[in-house]
Amino acid sequence: MSGPDDDRGSREALARVVREHAGRLAACLVSLLDDFSAAEDLVQDAVETALRRWPVEGVPERPDAWLLTVARRRGLDVLRRETNYRAKLARLRWPEPGKADDRLRLIFTCCHPALSPEARIALTLRVVCGLGTAQIAAAFVVPETTVAQRITRAKRKIAVAGIPYRIPAPDELPERLGAVLAVVYLLFNEGYLSSTGDRAEARDLAGDAEWLAALLAGLMPGEPEVAGLLALIRLHRARGAARFDSGGRLVPLSEQDRTLWDHAAIAEATAALTRAARAHRRPGPYQLQAAIVACHAEAAGFEQTDWAQILVLYDMLLAVAPSPVTRLHRAVALRYVKGPAAALAELTGLEETLSRYPLLHATRAELLRALGDTDQARLSDERALGLTANPAQQALLHRRLDPAHGDVRYG
Amino acid sequence: MFAETEEFAARLEAMDELEREAAYEAVMRWFAENSEKITHHAHLAPAHTATTVRLDGGGPVVTDGPFVEGKEVVSGYAEVEVADLDEALKLARSWPACPVVEIRPIA
Repeated sequence: MSGPDDDRGSREALARVVREHAGRLAACLVSLLDDFSAAEDLVQDAVETALRRWPVEGVPERPDAWLLTVARRRGLDVLRRETNYRAKLARLRWPEPGKADDRLRLIFTCCHPALSPEARIALTLRVVCGLGTAQIAAAFVVPETTVAQRITRAKRKIAVAGIPYRIPAPDELPERLGAVLAVVYLLFNEGYLSSTGDRAEARDLAGDAEWLAALLAGLMPGEPEVAGLLALIRLHRARGAARFDSGGRLVPLSEQDRTLWDHAAIAEATAALTRAARAHRRPGPYQLQAAIVACHAEAAGFEQTDWAQILVLYDMLLAVAPSPVTRLHRAVALRYVKGPAAALAELTGLEETLSRYPLLHATRAELLRALGDTDQARLSDERALGLTANPAQQALLHRRLDPAHGDVRYG
Repeated sequence: MFAETEEFAARLEAMDELEREAAYEAVMRWFAENSEKITHHAHLAPAHTATTVRLDGGGPVVTDGPFVEGKEVVSGYAEVEVADLDEALKLARSWPACPVVEIRPIA
């Protein structure tokens, strides 16, 4: 029997195999050829060929060797005039026994701050995760030509501006690691916030983000923020099954069926987070965000949530990474510690900076409703509705504006 | 490429003799410390001395002032010989004067 679910399943399995090998091959070829762009072209060509042929012919027994053969054959073909490349390619053996995983260098090059944020994401997905241009375009709902152009430009800049292929020096590392983690986090948000219900063909970007974070955690075991980001992603994903109801509608946190959460995964992620925090005692924004999510994930029910602890964590987060969006989330925690009036007062200071941010208005609506001001609450909900393009959020707000329904909270 | 902002110009203006001397000294030190990497450099006279010729209309049009009227103006440049962008970034970060530095490869 073969239905759309089976197709999707086999497509995902295929993508996983490609993902395990494409980045390694790319890293190996960049070192060998000393030419990022040429190496990337060869790997991309092998990936596209695999994505076309494996569904028909089946995944080969040694996918890595298969990809290498296609990339090398292609290389010998297109780089005909470059005798120097040809000689190198002819010598290529891969995987090289005993050779360390070089993908970290690849990641730092792809996430270099001299590239635009969009280019960093597209390059990382293509070069490190082995996604095809069409898959990236589908995931971000942009034309394929746009993605192709972004990648071409980025590769040209790498070559012309001399963006190096190496792990940054220790004095540059904190800042550069921050740029890498930001790419993974953005990728996760993009995948996590979009409901895949109406985009069955869409790539599971949250899965790619988790895979990247795990790869980084394996390659940089001494960085607590990497561990923090991995824990954050895993804690969010562990609750994935309860976030949407059978109709694909967003279920607010307060109403989620907590028996659907993956409690083993939550325990494991929380333990990893605690280990990193104890070993390094350097709480950064990702560890703190993960700790906040862990508080929610460990509560037996919404009523048992340790809001006082969450409030403390938000204060720590604001101290290391001040942001109006974080202040907004803190206000929600404040509501359950000091009441809706105190929380509403906090929002007043955020109105100007976050006036186009739907969650500000949705939160205000909840607080006003809790204070009994249904008319003003309605206006705020309508404002939020006008600002969000996310169908799941829109549906939730519509339900809230429908007088037949009671108070539903934003998830 | 070094660019000045209005704020920076005002700050420079407000300095007393001693402060200004110290600022110039910091710049001289930067050039001395990095002299091996710097092939050549130039400081441009202020933007009000600029004259722009536009050739994209019917004929050449000569106007007074820099080609973009903005809050940031190019005030000089230094050509450096470095291994890669990270090395250039390191140099730019240690630049002690005007607040904007644009790095561009020479084609």
